[in-house]
Amino acid sequence: MGLAMFDLWHKIKQNLFLKPQPGFTGGIVHHHQFKVTAGLPIVACPLPDVLMHPIKQHIGEPCEPIVQVGDRVLRGQVLAKAQGYLSVPVHASTSGVVARIEEHTIPHPSGLGLTTIFIHSDGLDEADESLYPMPNYRSIDVVELRERIRHAGIVGLGGAVFPTFVKLVQDQKHRVDTVILNGIECEPWLTCDHQLMNEKSHEVITGLDIILYLVGAEKGIIAIEDNKPDAIKIMQTTLLDMGMDKYIEVQVLPTRYPQGGEKQLIQAITGKEVPAGGLPMHIGVVSLNVGTSKAIYDAVCLGEPLTERIVTVSGDAAPSPVNMSVRLGTSMHFLLAQVGIQSLDGIKLIHGGPMMGELLGHDDIPVVKGTNGILAMRETTVLSAHHAESPCIRCGDCGEVCPAGLMPNLLAAHCKEHQFERAEDYNLFDCIECGACSYVCPSHIPLVHYFRYGKGQVAQIQREKAFAEASRLRSEKREARLAKERAEKEEKRRIAKAKKEARAKALAEKQAAEAEAMNMQAKSASETENTDNTTQKRKPEETA
Amino acid sequence: MIFLSSPHQHGGNTIQLTMLSVIIALIPAAMVSVYLYGWLAFFLLTTCIGVSLLTEYWLLRWMGKSTQPVWDGSAGLTGLLLALTLPAAVPWWMAVFAAVFAITLGKQLYGGLGYNPFNPALAARIVLLISFPLHMTTWIVPMHMGATLNMYDFVTSLQFFFLGPDAVKQTWDAMTMASPLGYLKTELGQGTTVSQALLDYHYSTLHAFIGRESGSLGESSALALLMGGIWLMARHTISWHIPISYIATVAVFAWVFNMINPDVYAPPLFHVLAGGLILCAFFMATDPVSSPSSSVGKVVFGIGCGVLTWVIRTFGAYPEGAMFAVVLMNMATPLIDYYIRPRVYGYKRGKKA
Repeated sequence: MGLAMFDLWHKIKQNLFLKPQPGFTGGIVHHHQFKVTAGLPIVACPLPDVLMHPIKQHIGEPCEPIVQVGDRVLRGQVLAKAQGYLSVPVHASTSGVVARIEEHTIPHPSGLGLTTIFIHSDGLDEADESLYPMPNYRSIDVVELRERIRHAGIVGLGGAVFPTFVKLVQDQKHRVDTVILNGIECEPWLTCDHQLMNEKSHEVITGLDIILYLVGAEKGIIAIEDNKPDAIKIMQTTLLDMGMDKYIEVQVLPTRYPQGGEKQLIQAITGKEVPAGGLPMHIGVVSLNVGTSKAIYDAVCLGEPLTERIVTVSGDAAPSPVNMSVRLGTSMHFLLAQVGIQSLDGIKLIHGGPMMGELLGHDDIPVVKGTNGILAMRETTVLSAHHAESPCIRCGDCGEVCPAGLMPNLLAAHCKEHQFERAEDYNLFDCIECGACSYVCPSHIPLVHYFRYGKGQVAQIQREKAFAEASRLRSEKREARLAKERAEKEEKRRIAKAKKEARAKALAEKQAAEAEAMNMQAKSASETENTDNTTQKRKPEETA
Repeated sequence: MIFLSSPHQHGGNTIQLTMLSVIIALIPAAMVSVYLYGWLAFFLLTTCIGVSLLTEYWLLRWMGKSTQPVWDGSAGLTGLLLALTLPAAVPWWMAVFAAVFAITLGKQLYGGLGYNPFNPALAARIVLLISFPLHMTTWIVPMHMGATLNMYDFVTSLQFFFLGPDAVKQTWDAMTMASPLGYLKTELGQGTTVSQALLDYHYSTLHAFIGRESGSLGESSALALLMGGIWLMARHTISWHIPISYIATVAVFAWVFNMINPDVYAPPLFHVLAGGLILCAFFMATDPVSSPSSSVGKVVFGIGCGVLTWVIRTFGAYPEGAMFAVVLMNMATPLIDYYIRPRVYGYKRGKKA
């Protein structure tokens, strides 16, 4: 009750003062964070026998395998090279032999597969040392550093897996002045970023310094929620020790979901919103996850590509939850065995956090760059969240918690009734799918599910439209070509006809002229003939 | 495997919980009504709630639907709200009619919970007011004022409830009195000034606040209603937008006109405490189904209710306008929801994609 009253007062204050308050729009407070692994040290996961490397672990174009079955590869060696601009390579996580290259399930809600490179570990874990360390990064050219970060296969490790090098540009038009390091980790259960900050604060801060140098920004902010007091303290003392507290500061934010969303974090810290259809860069901000920062440190200062990451293996069905440093490509089955889960009877696996993560159908799936957590939840726990849907009572709670400022109830109704144009009018595509609306819905309406469905359908409709448009253009072109051909033929025919007519006319004229001439001749001839005839005629008469 | 979309965690709020908390918030007001009218209030409350639940059950069965929604609390809440808007003098058949009307034509006709355009309880009350204006504007003297009446014991109350005043050997005149709003309306029509009329009525702001004036069952005590209402706001079951903007608008209008001519226009505090304003503002206008979804829309809705309430009370034929105002604004809800949307992240206000 007391807490509730305080919350009400906070709400009234937020609504009364029209000037923007620190914090982001909407959001929810999880009463149970379930961060059971908070403070538990990161343990190294043993090396599995087989590692699976899907050729696409980022947003963008898939990579192209450049190894053959039977090749021996070293840890950190490129297995598949980037294709196109929005792409980063995939590296081998340990040394071994390429066993096979075939389709395998990846952590994706569709349960579909993707070309995957299987490596049988030889247990030596020999590293490829072709990348030289660059500890004096401030004396190295920005372009080279950026190329290194791309080559190391670094993507956003918070879960969005957007190729990081794309963000690290110096644009004359949009100067970046602030770099925000995202240590929010607002999903319940997950603690990998928390523990990373506790144990690798030096590396994380050095990574931030590299980013500051790369984008030419003068100020770095490390954003941490107030439910991680130990991490806040460690980061602050490390900053002091490193002497970087002049231009990098730790900013503590009240715990609130989804504060870790890029747009929400930027709003919470700067009070500015990323313009619709724009990038954070357009308002002078770049934001990266603390894990990404650590990976950048590894790639630049140690010359190590991204081959492992920290994963929180937890959930209410996990006997001994833990934060683990895991080689990318490790099977989830192997990982779960480490925390004491042998069979998946009555257990549902969630890839990521409970709010935005996806359910996995089985556990023969590799850990990828975007895996920040694997939750083994009791089936009953998961199903109780997916209660049968009741009619919407329009309470508006969903709109109140929506960080994007949408009206989720109306939006979901439009998606449900296939009124996709209406849904787009209600800004369907501005939904970030954080799940806050579904979380608070008293009717248990799976709102996010409807939005995903709507987005998929709109994309489908647009594809069909584009296809129809292309067909229309093609058929129009054909029509035009045929018409042209017909016209040409007609023209030819006309010309031919005209020619023929002209010829015929000329012929006729000629003939006429000839006939005339003949006539004339004939006339004159006949005249002579006549005379002849008369003479001749006369002759028989004479003879008769 | 069934495909389940994220999130895989739920906050635990349910429709039952929402409805139950509103019902709990109304308990103080219901207790005040029992204090004021004794068994009569009890009979009305039980009749309305019982008939609402039964109607819901029978309708769902008749339509071949699951009868589970009977227990979601919404029908019971409708019955409770309906009873709280009725005068204590209402006979049993009117209460039954109103409850059946509220559930049948007010709710299930449109498809049940979540689809009704109007607040079912208010719609039923308006139908009663228009059909039986005499009964609906006759107010029984509360127990503490008419202690000599000797009709509040169980048996007499039961006889009165089922058989009317003749059965208990009472006349309407002896057992009824005007409500403050009705009295003021009549007196103002006869040219009395506001202050004189209130003096004649022995109107006391304190009594209106703690609930000792006559009126419908639940509207008497502002204190009891505020207790429930503020608890609901603290629980986030209702937002502050509608009640505050509604009451504030009525107060501002009353204040401005009271400044212009205090003889004709009643003071703001009288407007706020009299009649069903607080009940409507906290429990009727905030009915989520028939009010706008967005915060700004809710404020607009509240202001609209406030203006209409004051206008109907001051210039209309009926002394009380709160329920008409809320139902009229219910009609405007789809329009408000269409035109007033929250500003989407990353867009300038008023601009769309």
